[in-house]
Formats: sequence, structure tokens, C-alpha cells
Amino acid sequence: MSAKAGPPSTDATTALPDRFRRWFKKRGWRPRSHQLDLIAETKPGGSVLLIAPTGAGKTLAGFLPSLIDLADAPDAHGGVHTLYLSPLKALAVDIARNLEAPITEMELPIAVETRTGDTSQAKRQRQKLHPPQILMTTPEQLALLLASAEAEFLFGNLKRVIVDELHAIAPTKRGDLLALGIARLRRLSPALSIAGLSATVKNPDDLRRWLAPQRIGEELAAVITVPGGARPEIIVHETSEHLPWSGHAARHAIPAIYQAIKEHKLTLVFVNTRFIAEFLFQALWETNDDNLPIALHHGSLDVNQRRKVEAAMAAGRLRAVICTATLDLGIDWGDVDLVVHMGSPKGSSRLLQRIGRANHRMDEPSKAIIVPGNRFEVIECEATRSAAMAGQQDTEPLQAGALDVLAQHVLGMACAAPFEVADLHAEITGAAPYRHLGFEEFTDVVNFVATGGYALKSYDRFARIRQTKDGLWRIANPRAAQQYRMNVGTIVEADMLRVRLTRSRSRRSGLTGPVSRGGRVLGEIEDYFASTLRPGDTFAFGGEILRFETLAENEVLATRSHTQDAKVPSYAGGRMPLTTDVAATVRDMIANPARWTELPGQVREWLEIQRHRSVLPGHDELLVETFPRAGKHWMVCYPFEGRNAHQTLGMLLTRRMERAGLNPLGFVANDYALTIWCLGDIDARIGAGLFSLDELFDEDMLGDDLEEWLLESSLMKRMFRNCAIIAGLIEKRFPGQEKTGRQMTISSDLIYDVLRRHEPDHLLLRAARADAAKGLLDVSRVGSMLARVKGRIVHQPLDRISPLAVPVILEIGREPVHGQARNALLEEASSALVEEAMGSADV
Amino acid sequence: MSDTACPVPAMPGVAARRRAQAVEVLGHELVIDPTGAVWWPSEAMLIVADLHLEKGSSRAARGYLVPPYDTSAALAGLVALRQRYQPKAVLALGDTFHDRRAGERMAPRDADTLASLSQGCDWLWIAGNHDREAPALIRGDWLSEWRCGSLVFRHEPTAAAAPGEIAGHLHPVAKIQVRGRVLRCRCVVTDGSRAVLPAFGAYTGGLNICDAAFEPVMARQLMRLWMLGDEAVYPVGQDMLLPDRSVQSRRKATLASQPQATARKAATKP
Repeated sequence: MSAKAGPPSTDATTALPDRFRRWFKKRGWRPRSHQLDLIAETKPGGSVLLIAPTGAGKTLAGFLPSLIDLADAPDAHGGVHTLYLSPLKALAVDIARNLEAPITEMELPIAVETRTGDTSQAKRQRQKLHPPQILMTTPEQLALLLASAEAEFLFGNLKRVIVDELHAIAPTKRGDLLALGIARLRRLSPALSIAGLSATVKNPDDLRRWLAPQRIGEELAAVITVPGGARPEIIVHETSEHLPWSGHAARHAIPAIYQAIKEHKLTLVFVNTRFIAEFLFQALWETNDDNLPIALHHGSLDVNQRRKVEAAMAAGRLRAVICTATLDLGIDWGDVDLVVHMGSPKGSSRLLQRIGRANHRMDEPSKAIIVPGNRFEVIECEATRSAAMAGQQDTEPLQAGALDVLAQHVLGMACAAPFEVADLHAEITGAAPYRHLGFEEFTDVVNFVATGGYALKSYDRFARIRQTKDGLWRIANPRAAQQYRMNVGTIVEADMLRVRLTRSRSRRSGLTGPVSRGGRVLGEIEDYFASTLRPGDTFAFGGEILRFETLAENEVLATRSHTQDAKVPSYAGGRMPLTTDVAATVRDMIANPARWTELPGQVREWLEIQRHRSVLPGHDELLVETFPRAGKHWMVCYPFEGRNAHQTLGMLLTRRMERAGLNPLGFVANDYALTIWCLGDIDARIGAGLFSLDELFDEDMLGDDLEEWLLESSLMKRMFRNCAIIAGLIEKRFPGQEKTGRQMTISSDLIYDVLRRHEPDHLLLRAARADAAKGLLDVSRVGSMLARVKGRIVHQPLDRISPLAVPVILEIGREPVHGQARNALLEEASSALVEEAMGSADV
Repeated sequence: MSDTACPVPAMPGVAARRRAQAVEVLGHELVIDPTGAVWWPSEAMLIVADLHLEKGSSRAARGYLVPPYDTSAALAGLVALRQRYQPKAVLALGDTFHDRRAGERMAPRDADTLASLSQGCDWLWIAGNHDREAPALIRGDWLSEWRCGSLVFRHEPTAAAAPGEIAGHLHPVAKIQVRGRVLRCRCVVTDGSRAVLPAFGAYTGGLNICDAAFEPVMARQLMRLWMLGDEAVYPVGQDMLLPDRSVQSRRKATLASQPQATARKAATKP
């Protein structure tokens, strides 16, 4: 938190009490205008959104009104005066520490405390009896406090709520939970005033609405916008080396990245997946002749390791950190003066956020280098760069609140006090995500909480909440309340396995000997990834190449390997699809040769040959190419809607092609294109009038076909599991908790199968489908794409693969091939394909 | 990870697809149905294991309100099987009811279905560890085990050699990997002299046959198994089997050592 010099403000003297003015002066600071504006906008019952780039003194601005209010009459308020909510508990702790400085220096009699999952039981108890004036906590802890009998005592006099990193939390289920919590806080203390702190977003009105109570009609919070500082300097890395056709590792750029690290004090290297992080760390390690201290930071690494890297960064002991989204949010870790982005950032908001990590001084430009991994990515990086330079944001619009989260909240509210349905409905529709939720649907949620909401009313005697004669719903038994407390929250973690480094097994002792169980823990990997490993497989983890030895209970036992090339672990998670805005710009750049001057020669040439051999996909058209290859018939289409949407589309199209008798054999998608190969001759069928692409791509595939496929999809099952846990249908699994045995728990997949057969429209299936539409399956994007290209499908029959099709067809070669042969195979496949596509013109 | 009948695509190393598969146990021919039931043609007898009726409501009684349709799903399966095979007798291999109060919790409609199922053919009920005593709504014999010729039917497999034993209790499932996809399905397992049948209930999870619990029952290298698909039964080579990774504890280890992530060279920096 900092309040470095800002533009002079004329009314500084009037807004600030003496004590504060003196403090600013003593520090050599001048209050910034947005800090004063926020004081002015803080009114009882009011709400205000502060949008400011990093380094603008946002957090101090958030707290100043509270400090001023409390400075004079610290004891006049019972209970909590100001509640600070952050998505990261580390951030809450850090901000609490930073708040100590002004409080001590101004000798303010204000108690500031944090309450997170790590807070001791004794301290939690004490906080309930003697709450601090300022409490820093997380959405989950707030939910727990609100579900307790002390809620009224704690928050009945609440004056202010501060929500930090609002742009990050509002689009998530945690955001839904928090919005519901705030609606309850408003009920307990109608005069409270709320401030949201956010980075720049595309639709500020979404966040303004999120903050403001939604009573009659739509209300928006006041907004204070701090203009961005100096324009960032963003360069798309150019190379004289051969640009790869596919892949994201950008091996060609490693010497250049190393050079950039050498020339800067501290470089943050953002990558999109943990695999690339591991790969890059290895590659830089091999290049690191100067012994620069370079560290690695990603979500699979042990938490203590990450904390150590962060501390080393803050202390200035590192020259570069290779990181994933784990460093997107939160605390300032050090004096970063360069941000490198490996691969496409996939959206200009994400790029700007990450660039904001460099140079936390508003008046100096932040420096960033984007390094495209392949030819398509060059176009995408250029598109993202130009959007970011123009300050365009592309954050997604907020969606309706999730029903599973609402169910959890309703149970919590019953734990706090008996409620009346219409009354609680009025309260929750005051929260923006639920402002459109009808009374009937809310009644469904209440019935679900009570007895599961099944058509077969057989659970009345097992109800968790019951309606009594006075019409109020009450918690039915103490166990229901206990279950609520055990299962609160919306974060459902994937099953993880610890990775333990053990001593190498001696070769001479034979292969049957037991593997040593000792050794240290390096971090965790997903269960599903571990289940694809076989003894002897190698994988990169924690900056080393490990050899998988065996599984022992919940641990992966691995030894150090001396191979150079690890089997590639593909972490599906964390791979973000490109935003619709970037996708539109990419389409535009390809369709419009006048814009090609922005692109490097290799890419221009590639597009030229595409124009010559096939056609360029138009801006609002869908290009579909068909060609024979290796005894099969291929179809490639270019929707540019991201891998998730394309995989969904691929599933739906192959179903239809199967019905049309085309015998599809498989499909592969990347962020730009989708290819399906089949035995049937598509061109011949179209020529004979037996098959039509317009019909194939008709929007009606989103009806029954989608429904049928969704129901069988394993992704849908995963989403159902999350919804079932959040809504309290099955237990959350806890760290350290032993599995209760196969007789006790029921797998969510079995529940899913039974439920969809008997009650396909059940609340939880609706919740899971809603998640599917916006989440991993990206159905909504498939839908808008199909609508956009309706009547604009351009079919281009070819006699061979087109240049534009090369990257997506190369994805087929990325199926795992074990051992050293992999690269050779890929290379072989790649050069043969390129020759086929480009003829003698290039390569 | 699914324990349900899963659609099994063409699997390498898997014989041609057929709806039901005949196996021999101690010279008796038994036919495995994709539902997990076993048909014994020579006795015109249908054998099912571990129905765990009212398991759903037992969770509901503990506050987790899972859909109350598991009993009707299992009973509907039995109705279909009776129509298909027209058995003279049905044998339930134990743990037919999830607990002692399952009968009381059963919805009247399901109780009616169960009653009509017991009409028109003989029923043999073997007691299981979940249902040592017969619930009130059951007619027919409640036995601890039943012998017929060289075969013996009991709930829990004997943890030693037991030729001719047909048992349930362990809920066997097998896990294999095909083209990068992991399939986990219920299965029937036999070594030619005895067999363990999968659970028939809709909410019954499974135990991987690589689990230590199967070791005293049959030797791994003698195991032959049939995985249950939606509409067919697939013999699978035991060399394809994968163990489960049950994640029991996620406790983070506290570390004292230097983070490897800061690179070995960081430690030796000038």
C-alpha cells in the first residue's frame, strides 16, 4: 500500500482532518484526488466503485474514510466498524500489516485484526465476543460469521465494507456467495456504505451494479476512475529464427529472454500453463551461464516453496521469476521492471493486469515483451498488443448467480435465524447476481435445501430445514447446522497427490526391491495426471525432471532422472481460451491484407500462400475446407472461438456426421480451428445434394444433440460434482480426513446417473448445465458463433491440405508418444505436412 | 471416475462384443449379464449381489439428501431381468438391504414392486453384513449360505481357498486405460474355481480388484475378468489393470529444506 505523490488536489485541506493532513505531510506525500473523492463519496447507505491501475494507492484510499471516522470516536461503535474482504487470505494479512503504519504513526486507537482459515480457534472465539473495529477476512469466513447467532451483534453497527480485487472475485461463484453475504450485511446494518476496489474492466457498470443494492429497478454505485498512468511499452518479440507451426513453448526465443533478464533488475515471466513454466525453467537453466538467481512459481508447488520464492523476490534476491496465474493478484512482491509473456496472453485485460505487475509507479511506463509460440500466435499477440496499447478491456460480462451457491446461502441463513420465504427472496434479489431470480425458482431452492426438492416426496422426515406453524423456516436439527459449517465455501479442489522425491533405486539391487519412502515433498499433481503415469515415465516438476517410480497411498514417489527430455505432462487446467474481442481482431487481421504490414514476413508469406491455395476466412464468415489426405476425407473449419468451444463443437458435429453416414473417425481442435476426419467423401455427398454444410452447422445442434451429449460427458459429471458439493448434497473432502470407506459415501457420478434418469430438470442439473454453458464447454460461445455465421458458410474444396490448416492438423501429432522418439516424430510429421501445404514456396 | 456401467469403445485386446458372456466356475456354466446379474441356465436361476436397497435414504437420514431413486432403479433392473430370463428362482447374495431399518424407510411404491417381484418364482435371500436379519417385508428363506451341488453361495468371500464359492460383498470394479482415457467399470472376476460378483445397487461404489482385499480370495495371475458396459460384457486381460489412487490425505508437508524451485545455482550464486 502506498500513497506516492499524486496530482495536487485543491480541496485537500477541507476533506482531511488535521491529524491526517499532518501525517501525509510528514511522509512527504500529498493525498491524491481519488483518495479524497472516495472520502466524499462515502455516505451512509451509499456504494462506490474505485477503478484504478496498480500503484495508485487504491488500498489506502479504501481505508481512509474508516480511519477518519474511527479517529475521533473509536469506541462509539459496538461491533465491527469496517469489514475488508479479499479473495486471498495472504492479501488480507498483508493489508492488515500495512495498515499498522498509518495507525501507529497517527496514534489512532484502532484495532485491526484478520480472520482466515488459519486463525486459531481461541482468537476466533475472542473475536466474536470482542470484535476489532476493522476486520479483514475472506468471503467464506464472512459466510460463517453471518450464519452464526452473533451476526447481529458483530455487524449490527457495521459502517463500511471494502471489497478488494472486485474484478477478480465478482465473476466467480465466490463472488456470488459474497454478494449474498453483503445483502445480508445490508439487512443487519441498512446504513452501511460499500466501496469496491477494482482494476480496469470492460464493463464497469457490471461492477457498479454488483456493489449497489438492487431494490426497485436497477441501481449503480458511484464510480471514481483513476486514469491509467503512462502508456505501457509492449513489444511482440520478433525472431529471425524459423517460427514454429504449432506448440507454445517458444524455444526459439530463449536466448533473447535470457538476455532481457540480464538487462533488467527483476523480470516476471508469465506463462499460460504449468508445463510451459517447467519447460522454460529447464531451458533457462541450461542457458544460465551467469548463475542468475531465477525462480519458479506455480500452483502445484508446495505452498512453503512458493512463500520462499515470494520472500526472496520481495527482498530483491532474485533476477527473474517464471510464474503462472498464481502471481496475477495481490501483494507487490518487489521491484519488477520487466514483464515477459510467453505465448499469447489470450486477452488484453489479462495482459494489462500482468503488465501492471511491472513498475508500480503510475508515471513510468511499464515494459513488456510478448513472445509468440507459433505462427498463429503471432497474429493473436499482435491483436492483443494493439488492444492493450489502446487501453481496450475485454473482461467477460457478469453472469447470473449460481443456484448451488444460493442453496448453500439459504441453509446458512436458516442457521442464523428463522426466515420467511418472501422476505428472504426480497433480500437475496437485492444482490445483483440474483436480481432476476423469480419467486418460484427461489422456492425451488428452499425446497431443495429442505428435502432435496425431489418430485418423490420421501425425505420429509429427514428435512434439514422445516416450516413451522408461524410460516417461518427453521433449521431442523443441530447436525444440519454443523454440516453447513463443514461444507461452506465454493472452492472445490481437484484430487491431488503429493509428489515425494525419494532416493534413486540402485540398479544393481534389481527392480523388485522396495522404493525408499523417505525424501522431501516437492508439491502436488492432479490425481488424473498421476493416473496416466507408468513406472519409468519421466515428467518435469518443480524445476527438475523426475522419474515416476510408484504410488504409495496418497503419494507419488519419484526419483531424480538424468534424461534431458521429459514425457510431456499436459495440464488441461489453466489453459484459457482467447477472449471474444481478441478472436474478432484476429479474424479481422487475417481477412484484411492491408493490416498484414503489422505482421512479420514469415507470417505474411504464410497468409499469402493461403490466399493463393485456398481462400482467407472472412471476418464474419465461417471458412470450411475439405480435402482428401492419406486415404481419408478431412474437414477443417475456422471459427476462432477458443479450444473449449471448438471441442464442444467437434463433439456435436461428429454426432451429426455419424448420423449422416460419413463415418467420422476423430477430431482435433486448437484455439482457432477444428478438424474432423472421416471415411465418407464429404465433397461427393455435397455434390450429390445429399449433405449440406448449412444444415451441418445449423444452430439446432444446440438442442437435443447438445443435451444428449452433455448428459454423457465426463465434464458435465465433474461440474455436477462441484455443484453437489457446494449445494451440500455430498460432503466436501478435507485435508487429513480419512476416506470413510466405500459403504459410506456415494460417488457423485452414481448420483448423477440416477438423477438424470429420474428427474432431468432437477435444480442441481440445471445448475450444472448453467456452469457447462459458460465454463469448460463454452456452449454460449458456440451458440453465438453459429448465429453469426448462419448463411455465411464458405465451402472451399481442395485437393490437399491448406497452409492455414497445418497448425491444427499438427495437434494430432501431439498425442503422447513416449521417450526420445517424440520430437523426431513430430518434426518429421511437421516438415512433411508443411511441404504438402506450401509446396516449394516456403519452408 | 465412474463405477457405473460405462460405454466401452472398441478396446484393443478385447474380444468381440457380445451382450452376455458365459463363464465356467468349477465346470458350471454361468452367464454374465451386462447389468452385473448372473444367469445360471441349468438351474434357471438369476443371481444378484449387493443391491443395497435404501442406501440413498440412509444418507438422507444423515443429512445428505441424495436423490431417493436408487431403490426404484435397482428394482426396475430386477423387473427387466425377470422378464428377460424368466427364472424359476432368484438368489440375492446378501446386502440386499443397506441397513436394518431399510425396510421401514422404503417408499410404499417400491415396497409394492418388491412384493410383486417375489410372486411367481422362488426367492433365496442370503444374509449380508448390512442385513443380518430379514426385514419384515420379506418373504422367503433368509439363509447364511446356500449350497447347490458343488457350488456354494455366500455373501462374503472366504479369505482362503474356497472352490465353488460364488460371493459378493467386495463390489469389484476394474480400471483400465484405453487411448489415454481411463475407464473404471464394475466387473465379474473368477479364477475358474470361484467367482465374485459386482454390486447391483444404483449407489454402490466399487473396490478396485487390484486392492489388497482381493489377494486372499484369488491369485492375481489367475484372475479372469469381465467388465460391464452399457449393453455388453467385455473380457479384459489382467495385464491391463490399473490400481486406484485413493486420495486419503491432503496434509501438506512442512518443509525445512531449500526450495528446489529457486534453482540449484541460486545457492551458489556469487
